[in-house]
Amino acid sequence: MSLELVKSALARARRRGACAADAVLVESDARDVRVRGDEIEFVTQERSRTLGLRAFVKAPDGLRVAITSTSDLAEATALQLVDDTVELAGATAPDPCAGLPAGGFASDLPDLELIRPAERDVPIEARIADARRAEAAARDLDPRVTNSQGSDASSSFARVAFGNSEGFFGEYETALHSLVSMPVAAENGAMQTDWWVSAARSLAALEEPGAVGRRAAQRALRRLGSRRVKTCKVPVIFEAITARSLLSHLAGCVTGGALYRKASFLCGRLGERIASERVTVVDDGRRLGGLGSRPFDGEGLPTRRTVVLERGVLRSWLLDGYSARKLGLASTGSASRSPGSAPGASATNLWLEPGDSSLEEMIAGTERGLLVTWLFGPGFNAVTGDFSRGAAGLWIEDGRIAFPVHELTIAGNLGEMLAGIDAVGREVEWLGSVAAPPLRIASLTVAGD
Amino acid sequence: MSDVPAPLRLVRERYGLAPSDLEAVLGSALARGAEYADVFLERTTQDSVALEDGIVKSGDRHVAQGVGVRAQVGERQGYAHTNEVTLESLRLAAGAARAIAEGGAAGRSVAIRASGRPEQDLYPLATAPTDVPVAEKIELLSAIDAYARSRDPRVAQVMASVVAQQRMVVVAGSDGSFASDVQPLVRVNVQVIAEDGRGRREAAYQGGGGRVELAVFLDPARWRPLVDEAVRLAVLNLSALPCPAGTMDVVLAPGWSGVLLHEAVGHGLEGDFNRKGTSTLPGRRGSLNVDDEGQPTRRNVLIEDGVLVGYLQDRLNARLMGVAPTGNGRRESYAHLPLPRMTNTFMLGGEDDPEEIVRSVDRGLYAANFGGGQVDITSGKFVFSVSEAYRIEGGRLGAPVKGASLIGSGPEVLTRVRRIGADLQLDQGVGTCGKEGQSVPVGVGLPTLLVADLIVGGTE
Repeated sequence: MSLELVKSALARARRRGACAADAVLVESDARDVRVRGDEIEFVTQERSRTLGLRAFVKAPDGLRVAITSTSDLAEATALQLVDDTVELAGATAPDPCAGLPAGGFASDLPDLELIRPAERDVPIEARIADARRAEAAARDLDPRVTNSQGSDASSSFARVAFGNSEGFFGEYETALHSLVSMPVAAENGAMQTDWWVSAARSLAALEEPGAVGRRAAQRALRRLGSRRVKTCKVPVIFEAITARSLLSHLAGCVTGGALYRKASFLCGRLGERIASERVTVVDDGRRLGGLGSRPFDGEGLPTRRTVVLERGVLRSWLLDGYSARKLGLASTGSASRSPGSAPGASATNLWLEPGDSSLEEMIAGTERGLLVTWLFGPGFNAVTGDFSRGAAGLWIEDGRIAFPVHELTIAGNLGEMLAGIDAVGREVEWLGSVAAPPLRIASLTVAGD
Repeated sequence: MSDVPAPLRLVRERYGLAPSDLEAVLGSALARGAEYADVFLERTTQDSVALEDGIVKSGDRHVAQGVGVRAQVGERQGYAHTNEVTLESLRLAAGAARAIAEGGAAGRSVAIRASGRPEQDLYPLATAPTDVPVAEKIELLSAIDAYARSRDPRVAQVMASVVAQQRMVVVAGSDGSFASDVQPLVRVNVQVIAEDGRGRREAAYQGGGGRVELAVFLDPARWRPLVDEAVRLAVLNLSALPCPAGTMDVVLAPGWSGVLLHEAVGHGLEGDFNRKGTSTLPGRRGSLNVDDEGQPTRRNVLIEDGVLVGYLQDRLNARLMGVAPTGNGRRESYAHLPLPRMTNTFMLGGEDDPEEIVRSVDRGLYAANFGGGQVDITSGKFVFSVSEAYRIEGGRLGAPVKGASLIGSGPEVLTRVRRIGADLQLDQGVGTCGKEGQSVPVGVGLPTLLVADLIVGGTE
């Protein structure tokens, strides 16, 4: 059924004059619930189907392209959209780099353990119970956990059908189950919050709900009594979940779009040492059960493992077909595609390889410094690498956690930060598709009083 | 034009739904004892064309439709939505939504009151932005590209896009309320990357938009200043020095600096210094005739002479707090539950001369342009990032410094406002606010402001 729609859209695009096309149909259904305290705040159910089409029209000096999508799949609307796509493509300028990949489409579709079909029937009551258990565990941990922004449980399922005019057709199914807890702790009139999340392709792989709630509550509790700090330059340790945020910034600087637009501070530095020798970064689109895994990319190419940074040396970009042609390189199977957007390069499952320190050892080895547990605000400029974000965390004195701190910023340049990594933790924490172990950067500016 | 508003024709003709069908669905959603139910139907068409490397290399068109049925009982909400808009899918959605209620009462009858267009029309457009021929948008982008490159030889890359949206919404409530609206939205984006020939690159962005005719932005008098500003900023930042770090007096330029107000106070913190309003202004990005729960929007005064006098409410919170909704129930799309949200949020001007405000600062930072911001509602801490800044030394603007984050505490920051300029400005119409994963277009505004002791997140 799904592939039939993809095939008929492609066939009509060809008949209307497209020289090449690809199409994707995503069907999803999802259930979400939020429990706050002991009360359900909301239960939602979703069903959606969206068709996306990319059509190319030949011109003497390249191809013209348009991208369309519709969630109105009534036949007349869908057919009209195909016609509009071809017409719209005719209005754009020819681009010598536009086109489908020349070949090499995925021939194997391995089972990446992205869904357990039996779990499609998970009753909403079971997820409500999970959220309740997380809320109760947070509340029961400490009387200072006085309130909550809620615990959200979600189970969503998607089927992706993709095809192109070169004859590649593929389908896969995914599931995403998650539980996030956001308790509020209060003491002496001040409130603090934090969160913890568990997300996985199967219910069985989720962290136990009580553990999610307790961990979130512990994180909120340890922020009580936060102070401000004096402006200084100190060693800064990033917990796994804030280190992950640095890796996300890096991901945006090694992917195709930023490179051919010269909008990355890493442009032109392939093969150079850009980080400390302790840093190895890998992207793998076929990690079993990975939240960024898919058997083929948004253009039908097989996903793969790509070493981005090897012992500090920039080894590879992450590219889709278009950015690869712009740069005179080959696609790395990194095209990401939703029905409503053009394919663009992005990381799949991206992680920083673990090192040999424990977080405790890193803290003990830091005479005076900051452990960052919370980052917020935009504040990263990919073009220059300049970084300045709001933060909160725990202050370290004499190798020990001394007190919580907040209302501070940390600032530096991502290039210098990567070069300044002097310790890498042992434990990679997978909360999403980007993961890192704890990291320590030798010196960063912390702004406060 | 027909007398029947376009959204109602859409409901009847495209989806084959009669008012009695909506009444039946609402009645069914109430069947287990829900106190309130509504049906929200939406169809959005969005077109965009984008230019980079000197060519308009792609055109996009996206049609999104969907319908959701919501049931409320106490503080609970059940919501089911689908993009298949049929009576059958609506009935199924009502069945799923009402499961939130636990009563066993039978269905109740609902009678929808006939309703035409919204009472106010803040965006009376002759041409839907999505109906403007693509050739005109392409011509605009090519003109922007040529103009940007002619402004300065250091311009290395120009990325520009025109985005046009037409959103139709229909909301029917179990209290018999019925509202529909057609919401146009346009936006022109210009991003410039400048290179100094020594390997240093800087990017700058400017954009403009609103619920206005796209023709407004086809006029060079409107788009050239956006390009000039993007080029000026990118080139200026090529010579920006590292930003100082620490606590200092900060002067905020008027307009987009309203991000501060939005983050520090608008998201639900009480401030106690000045007046702040949120209003329905014609054609602004955050303006709406009706909110996404069918309530007419209005001007809400939140803080008057430093005293907190009002909140922004959606239906649920208004009912729970025993007050009237304020027209602030907004949602990103049919696939989201409404939340109380801001529209256009601004602070009224004061009496001070903006130049005099700068002269009054001995050592500090002048924040001229801004990126986005974020707030942690629980602790009240907010950050927002500055994209153009200068040191202030001895009452004069000094060297440009690199952008940095400013951080502060929402409840405190308005108490540290020392001077207020007489120059209230609204932003250019590009703001988007994210809350609980939902993005909605908003407007902000602020006069020149002197805030004492803000933390500036530089490196020096």
